Amino acid sequence: MRGETILFVVFAVLALVTALNVLVQRNPLYSALSLIGTLASLSAVYMTLRAQFIAAVQIVVYAGAIMVLFVFVIMLLNVPKDQPQVEKQKGLRYLAIPFAGLLIAETFTVLQRLPARSMPPLPASGGDQAVGTTWSIGTALFTDYLLPFEVTSVLILMAVVGAMVLARREND
Amino acid sequence: MTALLLEWTIKIAVLLGVLMTAVAYLTLLERKFMSWIQLRVGPDRVGYWGLLQPVADGIKMIFKEDIIPLEANRAVYLAAPAIALIAALMSMIVIPYGSQVNVFGRVIDLHVTRMNVGVLYVLALTSLGVYGFVLAGWASNNKYSLLGGLRSSAQMISYELAFGLSMVSVLLYTGTLDLASIAEGQSGWYGLKWNTVQFPLMFVFVVFYIAALAETNRTPFDLPEADSELVAGYHTEYSSMKFVMFQVAEYLNLITSSSIATTLFLGGWNGPFVDRFPLLGLVYFGVKVLALILLAMWIRYTVPRFRYDQLMRFGWKVLLPIAIINIVITATILLLRS
Repeated sequence: MRGETILFVVFAVLALVTALNVLVQRNPLYSALSLIGTLASLSAVYMTLRAQFIAAVQIVVYAGAIMVLFVFVIMLLNVPKDQPQVEKQKGLRYLAIPFAGLLIAETFTVLQRLPARSMPPLPASGGDQAVGTTWSIGTALFTDYLLPFEVTSVLILMAVVGAMVLARREND
Repeated sequence: MTALLLEWTIKIAVLLGVLMTAVAYLTLLERKFMSWIQLRVGPDRVGYWGLLQPVADGIKMIFKEDIIPLEANRAVYLAAPAIALIAALMSMIVIPYGSQVNVFGRVIDLHVTRMNVGVLYVLALTSLGVYGFVLAGWASNNKYSLLGGLRSSAQMISYELAFGLSMVSVLLYTGTLDLASIAEGQSGWYGLKWNTVQFPLMFVFVVFYIAALAETNRTPFDLPEADSELVAGYHTEYSSMKFVMFQVAEYLNLITSSSIATTLFLGGWNGPFVDRFPLLGLVYFGVKVLALILLAMWIRYTVPRFRYDQLMRFGWKVLLPIAIINIVITATILLLRS
């Protein structure tokens, strides 16, 4: 086995284990820490798939910025460890089973339709323009996927404005 | 492959040794510099000019009792200093310390590795390093620690934006995210190609340096460990080597941000005659980094600490807009030029 494959397997398993741990842990801070572990392992998986830009951005945005906010809020609220788990609608729990089945079925159908593809070979020279680098992603975003990109940015802008409106105090 | 692995291992070992020594002597330098500013003598008992002071400090810290508070969250408490230190160490591997040297007929690059996402890699590790401080504050089960940890995360999130956005202008200008290429691109023209002498980038450098000071928790931004109100902030409960790990991580962060500033703005390892004697690059790089570190120390002992609301207002309402305006100006200039 090549080194990349070994690393892929190690980090894929790590991602799954930490993801399970998010659900199993009772203490919300431990769940948040496990989620950071999941995101970091995913970033390593991206790295083995030669998607360096996505790997770095995954850490900067998710593991870095968003999870720090999660941890921040958990620490501020400081939920006591032995707080009883309040479940308002018990029936909802059983709805999870059909939905999970549906999700797994969907995933399998999508995966089966995917053509078998191997990784693009590394170019001998000019590795800066290979698939997965900043250059190739930037070029793709601003040519082929310009409309979705702009629509997404408008969506995010709306979210920012919405947050501003919600958080604004009247007397200011 | 084996040769490459060996080369990497040796480079990392050398880098680790140099960094640890540098951190040890930065403590002495900081105390000497502070005493010079404050018209004192400073440490001069251990060795000539206090030169053995870091060694004495190290031995003292190793033999200190290692205390873990009873009510602390043990696992997180133990992991926090390690997270801070590892994140601080890892970002040093992408920094170019020089061009290339010929050792026994083998061309060796004077950087551990180059990545085409080098800048993002550094940003990613800075944002992960925050967890060390935040978790230390939370796990210590102490109100001062917790407040220090919360302040640290709030401050680092706020200033990371200005920090990252000021880098964007440079990246637009140089057209690459690879730190080694950025340093190479600034060579020649007797220093006139340094990024800091390009038109909008000189203002960016100021923004970047201020944000870097805030990222490394240096005065005037040392609110996470403001000793007059928080005892020592997030590391109040830490003693012995775990305390040392936090101190080392802080000094490493100072070295990292100074190195990044040198690479992005001050021409990296470039200097006179560096194309003929590549090893001179290491000297130039060291001198530039040292100059920036001394500047940070100078600021530390001459500027009083910000108040918390001033800190937040300054970050969000002054630094961030300036950084964004700089991006617009840089992009416009580049567009007009092409």
